[in-house]
Formats: sequence, C-alpha cells, structure tokens
Amino acid sequence: MTTSKPLLEIRNLHIEGHYEDAWHPLIKGIDLTLQRGEVLGLIGESGAGKSTLGLSAMGYTRDGCKITGGTVHFDGIDLLKAKPEALRKLRGLRIAYVAQSAAASFNPAHRLIDQHVETAVKNGGISREQAMREAVDLYRVLRLPNPEQIGQRYPHQVSGGQLQRVMTAMAMACHPDLIVFDEPTTALDVTTQIEVLAAIRDAVKTYGSAAIYISHDLAVVAQMADRIMVLRHGKLVEEAETRKMLGDPQEDYTKSLWAVRSFRTEPKPCPQQEKPLLELRNSCASYGRQPVLHDVSLKLYRGQTLAVIGESGSGKSSTARLITGLLPPTHGQVLYDGEPLPADFRQRSKEQLRRVQMIYQIPDTALNPRQRIVDIIGRPLTFYLGLKGKAMRARVAELLEMIELDPATFMERQPRELSGGQKQRICIARALAADPQLIICDEVTSALDQLVAEGVLKLLNRIQQQLGVAYLFITHDVATVRAIADEVLVMQRGRVVDHGSRSAIFTPPHQDYTGLLFSSEPQMDPDWLDRLLASRATPNSNPTLEKV
Amino acid sequence: MSLLKQLLRAPLSAKFGLLVIVVYILVALFAPVLAPFGETQVVGEGFAPWGGQFLLGTDNLGRDMFSRLVFGARNTLGIAFLTTVLAFLLGGTCGLIAAIKGGWVDQGLSRAVDILMAIPQLIFALLILSVVGTTATSLVLVIALLDATRVFRLSRAVAMNVVVQDFVEAARLRGEGLCWLVTREVLPNAAAPLIAEFGLRFCFVFLFISALSFLGLGIQPPTADWGSMVRDNAVLITFGDISPLLPALAVALITVSVNFVVDWMLHKSSGLKEC
Repeated sequence: MTTSKPLLEIRNLHIEGHYEDAWHPLIKGIDLTLQRGEVLGLIGESGAGKSTLGLSAMGYTRDGCKITGGTVHFDGIDLLKAKPEALRKLRGLRIAYVAQSAAASFNPAHRLIDQHVETAVKNGGISREQAMREAVDLYRVLRLPNPEQIGQRYPHQVSGGQLQRVMTAMAMACHPDLIVFDEPTTALDVTTQIEVLAAIRDAVKTYGSAAIYISHDLAVVAQMADRIMVLRHGKLVEEAETRKMLGDPQEDYTKSLWAVRSFRTEPKPCPQQEKPLLELRNSCASYGRQPVLHDVSLKLYRGQTLAVIGESGSGKSSTARLITGLLPPTHGQVLYDGEPLPADFRQRSKEQLRRVQMIYQIPDTALNPRQRIVDIIGRPLTFYLGLKGKAMRARVAELLEMIELDPATFMERQPRELSGGQKQRICIARALAADPQLIICDEVTSALDQLVAEGVLKLLNRIQQQLGVAYLFITHDVATVRAIADEVLVMQRGRVVDHGSRSAIFTPPHQDYTGLLFSSEPQMDPDWLDRLLASRATPNSNPTLEKV
Repeated sequence: MSLLKQLLRAPLSAKFGLLVIVVYILVALFAPVLAPFGETQVVGEGFAPWGGQFLLGTDNLGRDMFSRLVFGARNTLGIAFLTTVLAFLLGGTCGLIAAIKGGWVDQGLSRAVDILMAIPQLIFALLILSVVGTTATSLVLVIALLDATRVFRLSRAVAMNVVVQDFVEAARLRGEGLCWLVTREVLPNAAAPLIAEFGLRFCFVFLFISALSFLGLGIQPPTADWGSMVRDNAVLITFGDISPLLPALAVALITVSVNFVVDWMLHKSSGLKEC
C-alpha cells in the first residue's frame, strides 16, 4: 500500500456552491490520499459534501459549484489545470463514475451494450467486437443473469439491481485505475443490495482498481472499504482504517453515528380481549387486472404500533392505500372499531376521515410549497374541528411545541425554508391536528439522514405515549422495525408471509423469507458480508437462498 | 423578495418591455386627453401629409392619424385584454377541474376541446362571426372560446404534475371539496406558467383581432382599430408613404415587449433563478 506515489492526491481542497444569491463554502480544506488498488469509504449525512468531493476526484464540479483552492493530482496529472480534451480522455478510460440512480443515468433509447462499449471504442482505441467480448466477461464477473444476451436489452427491461450492476460493469469497461461509487446501492432493496455489494467488491478485487465508495450507510461502507473518512459540513471529522474506525471511533460525532441504531421503544403488551381499532380480513386488491394484494389480514389495537415490512413491490404501500380508501378492495373490507368503512374515501364521512391520518415518505412533496406552516397545520383544525382565528393559532402553536419546533419562528415560514427533518415534523403536526386515533406512517424516515430519522422516531414514540394514537408503520428498514414495532407483519409479493410480536419475530428460528430479510440487513462488522456469502454459498447450512 | 427589488434586478429587456406596456396602458386610459382630435372626427382632406396641424397626417377619410392611433390603443388593447381574461377564466378553470377530477370529466372536456381545435382557428372564427354578426360582444366571446382551448390544454398539463403530489392526496383524504383543491392546492402551484402564458396568449389574441379587422370581420368602423387602419390606408404604400405601417408598428412593439416580460417571468418560474 505504501509504495511509491499515490494514485490520487487531493490537497487542501476548497469548493464553493452558488445558491440564495451568494457563494457558500461546500468543501472546506480537505486532504485525501488514495493508493493504487485501495478502497476508500466516504461517510456523512446529506449536505456533508461527500458527492462533491467524489466528483472533484475526476476534476469535475456540478453546475453552480466552483473549486476555489487546493490541488487534485491523479497519477501525477494536475486535474484542475488539465485541458478539457485531456480530462475527457481520462474520464471513462482511467477514472469512472457510478451514480446512485442507474435508471436515471442510462439513456433509455439505446441498448445497454451500445452504451457500454461507446467510451471504450471511441477513446480506448479497441475494436467494437473486442469491447463487446470484454463486456460479456464483465457481466459474468458481476454475476448478471444471461451475460451473453443481457446487453441486447434496453434499460427498462432489466431490474434495478441488475441495472446498477450493468452500470458498474460499464464503469469498468476500460479497466480504470479509479472508480467513484456514489451511493450505488441506496435505491435498492436489502436483498438486492447484497448481490450488488458482493459483485462490486469482487470486480474491484479482480481488476485491482482503486475506488472511492460514497454512502451514508456506515454498515455498507464497512463491507467495502479499507479505510473510512467521516465528513461533516464539508470538513473531515475523522479518518482511520475500517476496523479501527468501527472498533474505536475518536470523535463524538462519529460515535453518535455509530450509536444511531441502538434506539428501542418499550414493548407494550397486546390487549387481546379488546376490539381491534383497525382490522383487515382477507382483503384482495388489484391495479386494473394486475392483482397486488392477496388475502391480507391484519389487526391493530389502540395505542399500538404495527410495523409492515417488505421490499418494493411487496404490497405494503398498497395496503395503506386500501385502508385510506384510495385503492378499493376487490374482496374483503376495512373494519374500523368493528364498523366497516366505505371502500372509497369519497364515501366516508368527515368523522371517519378525521380518525385516520397519513404521513408520507417524502416530506417535500407532502407539504404545499405555497402555504405557510400555520396554514398547513391550521387547515385540519378549521376543517374538522371548526377552529378559527386566535383559537386556531393557539392550537397550531401547541402542536408546534409538541413536535419540538419553536412556534414564534416557524409559524409564518414556508416549507422551503425548512430542513427535511423539520418538514417531516410539520407533516406529523398536520396529522395530529386532526386529533386522529390512527396514523399511517408510509416510510416516514426513509428520506431522512440516520440521526434525523432517529429524532423523528423518538418524537413519534413520545406522541404515542402522550396521546395513545396507534401507528401503522410501513417500512423496508429492519432497524426501524426493531426500534419501534409492537407487532410486525412481513409482506412479500402482495401476501402476508409472517406476523407476530416484535420479540417473537426477531427471535430465531425465523420463517424463510423473514430470515432472508433480516440476514440481509448490513451489520457494523467488516466481516459480515464474507460470512453471509459463505453461509449462503453452502446450500445445506441455509435453505433460504433457494427461495430468492 | 419584494416586487420592487425584483423589478430592479430584472434584465434590461424586461425593463424595456414593462416600460412600453405601462406607456400603452397610460395612452389607452387617457386617450381623450392625449388625442388632439376626436376618434371619428373628419378634420381635413384625405391623406394629408405629416407635420403642421396633423402630426402624422390624415387617413383616407381625412381623420387625424395620430388621434386614431391613440384611440386604437384603447379599443384594440381593451378588447384583447377582456378576451384573454375570459379565455383564461374558462379554459383555466376547465383545465384544472379536468386534471383534478380525471376520468369521465377529463375525457369529456378534453374531447370537446379536441373537436374545437381540429378546425383552423381563423377559418372557424370567420365562419362563426359571419353567422352571428360582427359586434364587439360576439367578437370577444368567439375569440375567448377559441383561445380557451389552448389555455385548457396548458392548465391541464401543468395541473397534472401538481395533482400527483402527496399534498394534494393529503387534501383529498382530508375530504376537501373541489373548490378548495382548485383554488388553494393546485392553482397556486400552477400559477407561474399560467401567468407567463397569459402574456403570450394576450399577444396572440391581439394579433388575431388585428388580422380579423384587416379582413373586415373584426372591430367595425368607424371605431379606430390598428388592424383596420392598416387596411384602410394600405394604398399609401404605393406612394412610398410609411403611414399605414405605423399601426402595424404599434402592434409589433407591444407584442415584442410583452414577450420580453414573459421570457423574464418564465425564467424566474423555471426555478433556475439562482444561476
């Protein structure tokens, strides 16, 4: 590792971004050294400057950003002084980039293989046939199904996980010395993430490329990187070898990142004698002719939290839409407090609508950007409870205090002046304003940074203790379920495959799919992926692999 | 940011455009004060030269050209403005409702609009106007209806993008009525492109009225109107006199100015204002 000259050397880098009519520093003097064949992990919350730093390794900044100081040397070449033609030769050939959303990065109008070989043929000076042969080899290394033919498909014809691997293969097409991975698995399901992680790691090892691996998920980076840098507000917080970093973090901020998964609510006993607040009995639903839910049954009691976990396409959001009346069932009905609710929300009474409120995944689109906070929270108060004027404002202030935001500062603001976590809190306040008995939380923490998400979970828990509302908590994240659920429902392909109390679900032996889901959750242990792959490779030791 | 501050930061073209629009509005409002002669008053011989008593000469019947230009601003601008407002009220409302309601309401309204749009606009207008007669009222109503189809398509398309957002779903699940959804949830978020379209549509209506007047089916004589003024004095062109082009120039100037302002507003609403 410590031989001769490093492959990439960034010294005292400063980058500024232009927004709100002024230049603001994004990267404040970061040094970065990367040896040949080394994998460096970059960790931090959103806005920490991870992606900006990753892109600067290619001598590139996004629109509206500029490098104001420092140097970037790649293999002895000064990237900041290099001519555009020289940079174009480097990018794709010797430095490659893998973006977070492969679906948004491929051109949907061209076949995968044509996009794959373009750089190699144009700049690499090899023939198209040879490039295509190499592509098939790469597809094989990345364990894509049907490596000979998959290149002939269009981007929409392969799954998200496959597309992400095709993109990784494309980045490796010219055997680059350096690959920048920018959150390559963030948009994937946990079980798919494993395959992509394993494939990326193998490919990096096979071809000996150095890599910068950017992620907000520490457990993922721990599997991939030899060394980890923690960034915050454009500055380096801490840098160390992976094992040392995990075992013995030095800074308080790093420790708080490590501790984020330790939050647990007190489990509440399930009141079996009582009538359930919400009940679904053998409900089925379909979008057009495509069935999405089969025989879904669930029971939720007052003041309890029922977590519904599953991967994308498992029907967990459809279940929420069924309960809210957006998706009429083809069979079965929604029982609320023992009474059936009309299937279509338009036929429900104001009182029925008031009792079930919803919090959405992406707070940015869930708040009307043209309304002030007082209007947003005040509307349900006026609409359902008839509060107006001073009484309404007083209640809004109360609700803002409940969600730990200062009424005087936030009342008159607009959503765009708030951070993501604050917006989600406003969404919670809006739901609470209706004084509901049941709140459906649809992936409410998925779009938030881990520390912020933990704060939101704690808030929801406190509100439940104070007001006794019941939560139907929809999520794909095992850690969230472990933190807050009283009861757990596991869904797969529109069916309930497992259910039980939190302690029962998390205690082995697991049901096949539940076990697969739980074992796929990345652990804070650099050997986790190795062990998992080893255990899955021997079919007798773990029968779950066959089910995938 | 205050309105004044935004104005000061506007590009030169937008400032110029705004200035011209303000001048036109002032001229239209104070036409009787500014014009030296009456709108339809015959004050001298036909086709008198520029200068002297008549600043821009007289027209074919001996009416003062300058006075007719000033009154023309009032008639042409006023009718165009009224027509555009009507078109937006009708097309905008229907478009928003179609987007929010979807289903049969959307199908019905959209197909009706398709039928109206299938017939070339000018020919359709000529047809209807020659049937119902060329009063100012029928002119306004016919053009408003025809232009409402274009507004409908835009407002429906813009509203579609807003309607799929979660905050609209949240309002629906709350049980809000159609009126609240249109005016509070969707319209404020669709307003920017619609305002820009208002400026553009105003120009089209303006040109359309002038074209109809030129063809004799627009604003009827003796009311002063820029379109018909070009036609009435067209013969002067043969003598190398540019007087007939003055009303045309007035039309061109306001059109270009409005577009300058619209461009600026579009740029602002596109969300790229920081760069």
